[in-house]
Amino acid sequence: MDTKLIVSASPHVRSDETTQSLMANVIVALCPCVVASAIIFGVRALLVTAVSVVACVAFEWLYCKLLKRANPISDLSAVVTGIILAMNVPVGMPIGQLIIGDLVAIIVVKQLFGGIGMNFANPALVGRIVLFISFAGSMNKWVFPDAAVDQLSKATPLAVADPSKLSLLDLFMGIHGGVLGETCALAIVLGLIYLVATKTISIAIPASYVGSVFVFYLIATRDLHSALVAVLSGGLLFGAVFMATDYVTSPFTLKGKLVYGVCLGIVTFAIRYWGSYTEGVSFALLFMNLWVPYINDLTRQTPYGYVKPAKKAKEGAGK
Amino acid sequence: MLNKLKRAALGAHTPHDKATAASKPIPMPLPAQVRILMSQHIGAPAKALVKKGDEVFVGTKIGEAGGFVSANIHSSVSGTVAAVEAFRLSNGRMCDSVVIKTDGKQTVDPAVKAPEVTDKASFLAAVRECGLVGLGGAGFPTDVKLQPKQPVDTLLINASECEVWLTSDTQEMLECSDDIIRGIKAVLQYTGIPKCIIGIENNKPECIDLLCKKTKDDSTIEVKPLPSVYGTGAELILIEKCLGREVPHGGLPADAGAIVMNVTSVSTLGKYLATGMPVVQRTITVDGDACAKPQNVIVPVGTAYQDILDYVGVKGELGKVVAGGAMMGPAVENLSYPTTKTTSGLILLSKAAAQPAQVNPCIRCGRCVEYCPMGLEPVEVNQAYAARDVQELGKLHADYCFNCGSCSFVCPAKRPVTQMMSLAKAFYLGEIKKGGNK
Repeated sequence: MDTKLIVSASPHVRSDETTQSLMANVIVALCPCVVASAIIFGVRALLVTAVSVVACVAFEWLYCKLLKRANPISDLSAVVTGIILAMNVPVGMPIGQLIIGDLVAIIVVKQLFGGIGMNFANPALVGRIVLFISFAGSMNKWVFPDAAVDQLSKATPLAVADPSKLSLLDLFMGIHGGVLGETCALAIVLGLIYLVATKTISIAIPASYVGSVFVFYLIATRDLHSALVAVLSGGLLFGAVFMATDYVTSPFTLKGKLVYGVCLGIVTFAIRYWGSYTEGVSFALLFMNLWVPYINDLTRQTPYGYVKPAKKAKEGAGK
Repeated sequence: MLNKLKRAALGAHTPHDKATAASKPIPMPLPAQVRILMSQHIGAPAKALVKKGDEVFVGTKIGEAGGFVSANIHSSVSGTVAAVEAFRLSNGRMCDSVVIKTDGKQTVDPAVKAPEVTDKASFLAAVRECGLVGLGGAGFPTDVKLQPKQPVDTLLINASECEVWLTSDTQEMLECSDDIIRGIKAVLQYTGIPKCIIGIENNKPECIDLLCKKTKDDSTIEVKPLPSVYGTGAELILIEKCLGREVPHGGLPADAGAIVMNVTSVSTLGKYLATGMPVVQRTITVDGDACAKPQNVIVPVGTAYQDILDYVGVKGELGKVVAGGAMMGPAVENLSYPTTKTTSGLILLSKAAAQPAQVNPCIRCGRCVEYCPMGLEPVEVNQAYAARDVQELGKLHADYCFNCGSCSFVCPAKRPVTQMMSLAKAFYLGEIKKGGNK
């Protein structure tokens, strides 16, 4: 036989999972949030999402075109960034401002640092923070669902003076003011179930993050209702499920993920409870994103057969 | 949960394409010639005992162990020695080989008779004589393995067969269970090891049932069903899963009080004790999407891959041939390579299946970390290797990797993670040896 055989290193079989399929899973998991936002805030929510997605993909395509790089848009990561950023703005967000957010997310945070896998922080997150600081007016102009009760028509539930009057059911269903994706806890939980069931993410980060915020509020307020309100309101759930679990900016090991989640909980609680901002999730995420390499370094797995004795350390000196 | 905190070691869910699980091994027609390598094991190569023109029979010793860690080699066919020559192996090294023209009669050497075993010394001598090595792939001489310096309390039989496609061990268990039991009992009796555990993955219920039935009157032999995840069949991992012990890095299984034998090895030992026939043939699984008739065949040691391919037939365009399992076996470029005692399978992949996947940037998803059976962090090792950072590679224990392939298998970006791991390991060990780059 004259046919030349292909020679490559083992293994010779690969799993079906690809970067694209993982991103597609995230997109599917985000769908309940997109649908819920359209129901709660009206069809403009869909327009905002569509614009954000198109802008993100266009920026990625354009950047790689200009730099004559292989185009990565088929990995769908820009679509995910677009949806997540859209879910982080209020329904009345001016389109022009939103596109600036997309530009920051894709060009500045993602591509300038080397593209997918190289970003130091979650691109959508930084996009949101830039919008939040640059356009505080638009970002805080909550549009309120018709069904919302009176007390909610002032601000997000986080800013309400007396949380004991809030209905947990309304909070869970998302019938209150806020940015597009964060209000409907039900949709977020559906997304979480899908992501965990498809093994796209581990539940460690969302569980430890939300769990620790809940526990801190419980200790601080000694009131179950307030603690539940704290968990269900603001961007906590959305951030914990879709933003804290970003692969690039979260630790590798289970130990690391738990440390990361609890640290996120501490920072979020500190900002919300003692700080002057009502919403602490974004800044907690950004802050902790920067710590991830250190967390990775401090939370390594113990390899099989590792023995610690002093003898080993002496040998190690030669390394 | 606490174990997972230490290391996730999830075990990759490689496909269970065991299409040939029910294929009873049948002897392949005798090839016109065989090429028997003098190095089919770990350790010193054997020294050829024959010269061109010599007449040999099935079971004639043609290679004498070249040291303590070495093994005898026997002729797998009857015929005439056509050449004793050096042959280049797929890893680039040269190796002596004996080429034998078969006469088709398969006359058995009159010297072949069941060994007289009365005590430990005669048992070990018999094991040494028959040229038995670890048939699972490692090829470590069995008689050396059975003389540990450390106290050993368990004989572990590795019957997990976690590789994709391969079913030769499965068939060995179904067809030769009595030989397996005989082999185990002999090892226990003469080495004084008190108990034996046979570890079988739970995707082979028929093997578990059969061996449970055969051993139910024997309290020293336990059949242990294991989860069907890739990695279970690695010696170190098997010890952890069956005994809950870890072999310290750099140590031998005996350091964890265990001796591990492949199920086909112990079965071959059982056969040898009954018949005196040394290791001259073995069952090989031939499968893969380019294989016309996937099946288990019994082939004489030294049969060229090409002969096996001609027998089973190739479907469509052949793209890649893997010797052994698809996860760890090397892809070969030359079909004139002969099978050895440790060849457990031949995987034929079509051109389409053999095309290398497009490599995408790492998304740091951490799957390689979660699935590494050794609890390493391949993503970090890859990065440290890219920077040739010896110190970091040491901290990350790059030298613990045994190339199981799990990290490449699970990588969604299709990066050659395992390949980089072996490069990193070789680089790291080389630098340590040099003592440089502190």
